[in-house]
Parts: sequence; C-alpha cells; structure tokens
Amino acid sequence: MVLSLACLLTLSVSADDAFTTAVNGLKTRSFADKYVAASQIAATSHPRADVVLNALLSGNLFTQRRSDLVVIATSLDKKGYRLIDAISGESLGEVGRRGAKKISVNNGLRRQLRGLIAGRQLSHEDSRLRLEAVEAIASSGDKALRSVLINRRLVEQQVAVREAIDIALVVFDLDVDDNLIRLAAIKASSDNLHPTVRVKLTNIANDQSVSTDVRSAASEALVNLETLSKRYQMVETFFFGLSLGSILVLAAIGLSITFGVMGVINMAHGELIMIGAYTTYVVQILFPGAIEYSLLIAVPAAFCVSGLVGIVIERSVIQFLYGRPLETLLATFGVSLILQQAVRSLFSPLNRTVLTPQWMSGSLEIAQGLSITYNRFYIFFFALLVFAALLLILQRTRLGLEVRAVTQNRSMAKAMGIRSTRVDIMTFGLGAGIAGVAGVALSQLTNVGPNLGQGYIVDSFMVVVFGGVGNLWGTLVAGLSLGVVNKFIEPAAGAVMAKILVLVFIILFIQKRPRGLFPQKGRAVED
Amino acid sequence: MLISRLLDHEKGGWAFLAVLLAAIVVVPIANLLIPEDSVFHLSTYMVTLLGKYLCYALLAIALDLVWGYCGILSLGHGAFFALGGYAMGMYLMRQVGSRGVYGHPELPDFMVFLDWDSLPWYWLGFDQFWFAMLMVMLVPGLLAFVFGWLAFRSRVSGVYLSIMTQALTYALMLAFFRNEMGFGGNNGLTDFKDILGSSLQTDFTRIVLFVSSAVALAAGYLLCRYIVTSKLGRVVTAVRDAEARTRFIGYRVEFYQVWIFTVSAVIAGIAGALYVPQVGIINPSEFQPLNSIELVVWVALGGRGTLYGAALGAGLVNYVKTILTGALPEIWLFVLGTLFVVVTVFLPKGVVGVWHQLRSRGTHD
Amino acid sequence: MFGINYEVGVPMIDNDVARQNNVVDSRPDAVQNRFGFLSKPPSREELVTNNGIILYLEDVTLSFDGFKALSDLTLYVEVGELRCIIGPNGAGKTTLMDVITGKTRPDSGSAFYGQTIDLLQMSEPQIATLGIGRKFQKPTVFEQHSVLENLELAMKSDKRVWVSLFKQLTGQEKDRIEEVLNLIGLTDFPRKMAGSLSHGQKQWLEIGMLLMQDPLLLLVDEPVAGMTQQESEATAELLTSLAGEHSVVVVEHDMEFVRSIARQVTVLHEGSVLAEGAFDVVQEDPIVREVYLGSS
Repeated sequence: MVLSLACLLTLSVSADDAFTTAVNGLKTRSFADKYVAASQIAATSHPRADVVLNALLSGNLFTQRRSDLVVIATSLDKKGYRLIDAISGESLGEVGRRGAKKISVNNGLRRQLRGLIAGRQLSHEDSRLRLEAVEAIASSGDKALRSVLINRRLVEQQVAVREAIDIALVVFDLDVDDNLIRLAAIKASSDNLHPTVRVKLTNIANDQSVSTDVRSAASEALVNLETLSKRYQMVETFFFGLSLGSILVLAAIGLSITFGVMGVINMAHGELIMIGAYTTYVVQILFPGAIEYSLLIAVPAAFCVSGLVGIVIERSVIQFLYGRPLETLLATFGVSLILQQAVRSLFSPLNRTVLTPQWMSGSLEIAQGLSITYNRFYIFFFALLVFAALLLILQRTRLGLEVRAVTQNRSMAKAMGIRSTRVDIMTFGLGAGIAGVAGVALSQLTNVGPNLGQGYIVDSFMVVVFGGVGNLWGTLVAGLSLGVVNKFIEPAAGAVMAKILVLVFIILFIQKRPRGLFPQKGRAVED
Repeated sequence: MLISRLLDHEKGGWAFLAVLLAAIVVVPIANLLIPEDSVFHLSTYMVTLLGKYLCYALLAIALDLVWGYCGILSLGHGAFFALGGYAMGMYLMRQVGSRGVYGHPELPDFMVFLDWDSLPWYWLGFDQFWFAMLMVMLVPGLLAFVFGWLAFRSRVSGVYLSIMTQALTYALMLAFFRNEMGFGGNNGLTDFKDILGSSLQTDFTRIVLFVSSAVALAAGYLLCRYIVTSKLGRVVTAVRDAEARTRFIGYRVEFYQVWIFTVSAVIAGIAGALYVPQVGIINPSEFQPLNSIELVVWVALGGRGTLYGAALGAGLVNYVKTILTGALPEIWLFVLGTLFVVVTVFLPKGVVGVWHQLRSRGTHD
Repeated sequence: MFGINYEVGVPMIDNDVARQNNVVDSRPDAVQNRFGFLSKPPSREELVTNNGIILYLEDVTLSFDGFKALSDLTLYVEVGELRCIIGPNGAGKTTLMDVITGKTRPDSGSAFYGQTIDLLQMSEPQIATLGIGRKFQKPTVFEQHSVLENLELAMKSDKRVWVSLFKQLTGQEKDRIEEVLNLIGLTDFPRKMAGSLSHGQKQWLEIGMLLMQDPLLLLVDEPVAGMTQQESEATAELLTSLAGEHSVVVVEHDMEFVRSIARQVTVLHEGSVLAEGAFDVVQEDPIVREVYLGSS
C-alpha cells in the first residue's frame, strides 16, 4: 500500500520532472528542437501543459533574463512585462522591457503547436471541442498526431466525432508513400470539401515523383470536388438569394397592402421599418438581462409602435389625400424626412448596436463545405410566417373581408354599411405594423441607423410593382425571385452592378407588363 | 411682340421677367463696379449663390412643364440635371490639362490614380466646348426620350411612372458611384480651372456665369411659355385632364408625352451645365432620389402649372435651406418635411394659387 | 343612298375598291402603324362597299377573369344608319364600344371598318383619325380648357406633335368651330371653362367635339343621361339629323328616347345579340320582353 503510494508519488514526481525538462527545452534556438520539447510537453498530463502551449502559440512565452526561467509575460503597454512562472504559475512581479526575452515561433511551429494543442483537446469531455480538435489536427497535417487520432478513434463514443476522425485519417493517408493506401484515400476523399484535402490532392496531382495512376486519380478527384463545390455554391447562392428575397418580401408586403388596398403611396414606409429596428434596440436596453428573448418581445412591440405611428400618419395627413396618390407620395415623403430627423435627434445620427441572441448566431452545417447562418435561416421562415399570417387575416377575418370589399369598390362597400374610415385606419395600421416587424428582422442583419429605411424604399416599391399591386402572392414571388436573381448576378457583375441590372430589368419589365407579374384584371381597374 | 403674346394675361410672368432683367443689370454693377466697402457691394459669394438659385429655378421650370402641364410627376429630374452637369464637368476636366496634381497632359487626376493609360472613348471630344454643350442637351434628352418612349408607349403612368423615374435616378446614382464608370466615382469631377480660357476664380467669369444663368432662365421660361400656349400645350394639358378622351379624338398621346418629357429633360440638363461651373463640383450625390423629390416640393410650393411660380418656389425653398443649414442644420429636415405635408394638404395650388385667391377675393369685395 | 345594283356591280366595284385599298395598303405596314397620321383617312367612297356596310363585327368574344363580357357577338352597321343598342346592365354595350375604338382587344373574332380596315390592328388614335368618333358614358370634356379650345382640339386636322407646336387657326377652321358652336347651342360662351358647364351642356359639348372630328361613324354612349326632357328632345333631333350623313350608333337606357329616334334596334344580352329589327317589332318579341323590357 505504502509502496504503491510511494510508487505513484515518484511517478508523479517524474511526470513533473519531465514537464519541467520539456519546458526548459523550449529555450533552444532551433525550431525543430522547440517542436520536440513542445511534443514532450503535450505528452505529459501536467495541468499547466495547455497554458504553456497556448502561451507559446500566442507569443507570450518568454525567458526571464536574470533567472533564465521560462515565464509567461503580459505586456504592460510600453513599460515592460508582468511575469508568471511558466511551470509553477507563481507570480514573479514586473520587469522592464529588457528584463525578458521572447521565445520565438515561426509559422511551421505554430501549425504544429495547434495540432499538439488539438491532440490534447481530443480527449476533452465536450464533444464540440473534440470535433474542433479533429479539425485542427487535420489542418495541421502533423503526421505525429495521426496515432493520437487512431487512439482516440478506438475509445470515441460520439458518432459525429468518429466520422470526423475517419475523414481526418483519410487526409493523413493521402501522404502515405504507399500507392494502394493513397488510391484508397483519394477515392475516399473525393467528396470531402475540406480545404486541406484539396491542397493535398493538388500537390499529388502535380508531383512528378508520384506514379501516374495515383496522379490521375487525384486529378479526377479534384474535378469531382470542383463540381461538388460548384453545386454547393449554387445552393448557397440560392439560399442567399432567398434570404435577401425574404427581407424584400418583409419590407414590401406592408407597402403592398397600403398601396393595393388604399391607393396610398407611403414613402414613409422605410422609416416605419427603421422604427421597428429601433424598437428592438430599445427593448434590449430595457431588458439587458433577456437578450435571448429580446426578439420575441420586440416583434409585438415593434408591430405596435410602428402600427401606432402609422395610424397617426393616416389620421394626420393621409386621410385628407385619398384618391390623390401622387399627393400621398409627396406628403408621406415629408413625413419620412421628419421621422428620420426625429430619430437622429433622439438617438444620435450614429448607428446603434443591436445584439444577436445566441440562438440566432452561428451556422447550420448541412454538409462539409455547405453551411447556412442561423439568422438568415430564421429570417426566411419568419418572412414566410408573417406572409401566412397576413394571408390568414385577409382571407379569414372580418377585417380582411372588409378590406377586400373596400379594395374592389369603395363606394359600394360604403353603401353596404362598411365603415371605410375604420377600415382605412386598420389597414394602414396593419401595413405599418408589418413594416415594424420587418425592422426587427433587419436589425439582425444590418446596421441600425436613421437612414436604415431609405435604402429599402426603392427596392420595396420595385417588388410591389413587379409583383402586381394589391396582390400578396405577387409580392411574395416577386420579392423572392428578385432576391435570388440579384444574388446570382452578383458574383459575375459585382453587388452594385447587380442592383443596377435588376433595376433596369424591372424598368424594362414594367414597359411590357405595366401591371406587374400578377395584374388585377377587368374594367374596374382602369377607371 | 412675340413676348407680349406669350405673356398675355400673365402679370406674374411680366414681373418675373422684370426681376430677371433687373438682376442682370444690377448684380454685375453691384459686384464689379461698386467698391467692396460700400453697403451696396455684392460679394462674389453672393453672386455665385444667386447664380445657383437661378439654375435651380430653371430646373424647377423644366419639372413644372411636365408635372404641371402634362401631369407626369417625374421623381428623376435630378438625374437629367446631373447628366447635364457631368457633361459640363467633363469639359471643365479636359480644360485642366496638365495642371492636375499628377500633371498628366490628357488624363484627369482620378484616371491617373486608377492607373488608366488612356481616355475612355466617351471622354473623347469633350475638350471642345461646342461638343460638350451638344452633349449637355443630347445626353439627358436621349435618356428621357428612350425612357419616355418605353414608358409612355406601354402607358405606364401616374404613380407607376413616378416610381420608375425614381428607380432610374437611383440606378444612375449607384452606377456613377462606381470608379469603373470613369466619372470619378465617389468624388465626382472637381478642381476645375477655367472655362473657355478664362479662370473660374475671377469675379468677371463669375458674373458672366451669373448673367448666362439669368438669360437661360428667361429664355427657358419664354420657351416653356410658348409651348404651353401653343396648340401642343393645349393637347398636353388635355392629356393631363382626360387622357382617354385625347386618344379618342385622334392624338397619339405617347408622342406628346415623350416630346414634352424630352424637352423638359434637355432644359434640366442645361440648368445642370450652368450649375456645375458655379459650384465647382459635380458628384453622384446629385443623383440622389432625395434631390429629385425635393425639387418637386419647390414646384409644389411655388404653384404647379404656373412656370414662374415654380421658379419662385425654387428660390424660396433654397433661400430657407441656405439659411437653416448654416444656422440650425438639424432643423432643416423638419422644415422640409413639414413643407411637403403642408403644401400637399393645404396649398395644392402653391403660393401663386394663394396669391390669386387673395386677389380675386379682394376684387369681389 | 348607295344602292348598287348587286349583280352588275360586284366585279367592277370590287376591283375598284381593291385598287383604292391598295393605295392605302401599299404604304409599308410598319410606317403606317408607327406614323399612322401619314396615311390619309379613307374617304367615304372608299368605305362604301357593294352592300353599304360600314362596320362589321363578327364572332367577337372577350372575357375578363372568366366573365364573358362579349360572346360571339356579330353586328353590322350600315352606312348612314341610326342604330340604337339597348340591353340590360352588363350586357356588354360599353365593352362593345371599347372593342370598336381599340381600347380593348377581344380574345377572338374580327372587327372591320369598311371591308378592308382591320380595327383590331389599330390604336385608338388611329381609329379616331379613320373617322370613328366616340362619346363616353360619363361626359368627358377637357375641363381646364374653354369650350372653344375643346372644339379646336377635337377638330379634324393634322395631329402630329411638331405641327401642333406651330399651329394657328385658319379662318376656315374658325368658321367651322362657329358652325358647330351654333349646332350645339353654346354660341354664348365660347370662352367659358368646360368644367363649369352644366351636365347637359357638357354632353352637348362632347357631341360637338365628335362633330369637329367629322367622323363617318359616331358611337354615342348614353347621350341623354342626366338631361332634362327639353334637352333630351333637342338631342334626339340632333342625332336624327346627323344620320344619313354619318352612321350613328347610340347606346341608351331611356326607352322613350330610343323610341323617338330609333329605326333599327339591336338588343344585347349577356354579350351577344338577342334580337335585331325595327323598334316596334323588337318590342313585341317575347324573349326581349322577358330579359329586358319586361323587367323594366
């Protein structure tokens, strides 16, 4: 018992010794020797091993000139460094700039260090960190770590991590000097879009010393990868397009209602969006502890705030201008200037930061090389949700019935006892409220500033006109397709040019079909 | 004689021409002949400012011609103004010659900066004044013709047309912001040296530019007056009031619309060309939709469909703008915004309309 | 009137018409379409054919969103005839006028003016210059123009843009305006703004504008709506006096009025012709009575 205890003690003592030796071994000038020392550190189970390796990686590992101890230094501006003993972790006080000398690292060593750290991380209990570690090892290309991976493969419980390790091992196999293994590895990695794989395959394909069948297999695999990545790019572009399109739909749909139902050209629509975005900002200020839920609070809040502002605009300005669309355009433009300046005076002209909740950040990986950011993903579905809700309101509620009646024949609807004033107020409020909701979504994607709305007004009008006034489905189709078209033109022509081309396209399109994609038909429309 | 026919029953027009004539006489004297320490001296700064207002007034008259008389609310007239300005700017850039920062004999500075080795084809000829002046009219006119032809032929009208014109100027703004377009990108064209051989910095050149603007404004006014009092003008107004009726009595409405739209764009282009040498710069922000729509409020405030009212509105709004943006910049947008609302809701006929109303009430009492 | 001996006349006149029409058609189509005003409107003689029919509508069908506004409508209007078209609301009367004047294109069928001019290929102004004038259901005059200017604008003349820019009225044209002013009873206020005229006066002004166009075929949509008995009678008189010189098609609800002017009546129902003939005969038709007269 005592003996075994003593044994353990000596073991740990010797482990400590190994660690100390290895750390001191870092003081050599040769990068190769430094790597040897670093590997030894990584091989120990010393609790400070990670700290030392990370310090070396980030260039914070120094030697104290006076004592020749390996230390971790924090820079104190220009005055000097605060030192901590690398091995024991004790504080050694402060020294001047000349009191410590940096242990230098080069890129090669950095790469190896990342692999070493990853190797240690490979046994971390958090499976996400383990995945990252596998990734880092594959990228480092450090052959010494291959065995680490194999060992881990034997004990790993998580399927995802095991699969990642398999892929990483294949990457290592690409370097093995055995044609059979290589061929198998090439075959196995022909659908692996990891950048390292591509680099390796390109190297093999260009390496004259490698046998021809391996080389041709490699180039074949490269072609395969190329098509795959192109396909993924298409999917990604398509998704970006849908994402942009869903924003256009969100921004335009409220406009479509007020334009289609009331014949009102609301140029302040962009500012109602902006107000929605600012509402999100205010909600986050009011509930700083509930960022995760802030958007859920902000959606109804923005709907109410923008809706109320909309109703105020309707009562104070627009009600005097029914039947004169050009005048509503001018008057609401004036309102938009006032709202912009009001926000500028209230919140300052600078952009405000709206935080993104945890669940909205990050991205969803669909396949290797194809991932979709969560915020765009959610906003797309949010747009569809808003659209569906609106459709439901217009098709299934009393308000919707009245709105449709007023749209078709205002005076007849009046004669039937529909209070068209109330319908006007509600419709305008609804359109404005949806603009506010769009603002919440936009706050997650762009800067929130007083000019936020201006950038969307021309685009939203284009969507409405393109889709056909007063047709919600038209707005949906037009918004999504314009978004997708825009994103597909972008790589070839550049973002600005894409926008110009889309604008020109719509201008030409309107010449051919003046009433948009889905026009309202019949004689009544022309009168 | 022709003038008196054009201004038959148009007292406001007489007054307007009289004011212009007075300005042409008084301003040069007050600036060049009266010594600087006198109270009656007019600084060159003021001359330039007034010249700028005159250009705006000409632009407003151009818009009034299409909006007030033909019912086409263009939200893109700033684009024609800017295009005319760019054509003039290109001439002025070519006049800089080798005096640029980089001293290149032919290329403007921004092209040298972008490592271009020769002038793009569309810059050729702009070293000739006559050619540049031709382009000042041709480029906006051609754009208006093509756009108008496409739009009016398929009977895009009313709000749709307004939105399309806004998209047009927006697209142009985006395009001109691009360096690759070869118009100086963000910074536009600036640092001009001289025009027709005389330096832009001298008082005399400034006065000549001022007088040219005043003459152009008077000529533009009379031309528009001729148009609206001709049978063509009556057809155009008929189109505004009852488009279908006009078609059914045999007029090709779209031809009339395109014609008036194009003429208006050419006048706007001339206004832009006179504006640029006076302010010394032209950049893509002139294409901003905001500029074009602000111009609409000048016309609306002055009184649409009166021509001189539009000019008056341009002067009034810009005077207030000059004062406010200097003293209380944050108030300006409130004022402008309120102006839009007040004019459309309460003053559909503008200042001139109110004046007429007051006077007719006076005669009735 | 233009009674032509059928057996003898056919080959000769057909050739004649064909030759004359060749003159019109020989201008390149594109030019004629784009600059329609270069082509001279056809003369009366050109339009008159062996059987004296000025307007042929055959199997015209048009639907809006599934609603058939016109279905297989066939209608002929003779030269110099005064024809009344009656029918309940939604029978397609106004749509019919829209088709003839080029405002709306039918889904199928044909519309010919004379024997050779295909109205479906022409724009509204072209059709107007060919000599088809239209008065709208709601009186539409240029409200911001004086009575005189309204007539001047409507006058048959070169309507190209540049010509209009320099156009001055000739003495002859002034006389013509004076004449029409007389005819429509507005001699006392030529300078009055059309917008400030009474409803009846606007109707008359619009008819006056039609006359200024000197059309061969007048389409008149509800000319006496909102008129007093007296005005109505005067209108009846005017329209009857126009027939003979012009072909007149009147759409009207007012049965009294129709009775007072009509020789030939066409009854429209659900987009096609239900009955056609002399007013008295049609009035006795049991089906017509059921769908229209009986209910009214």
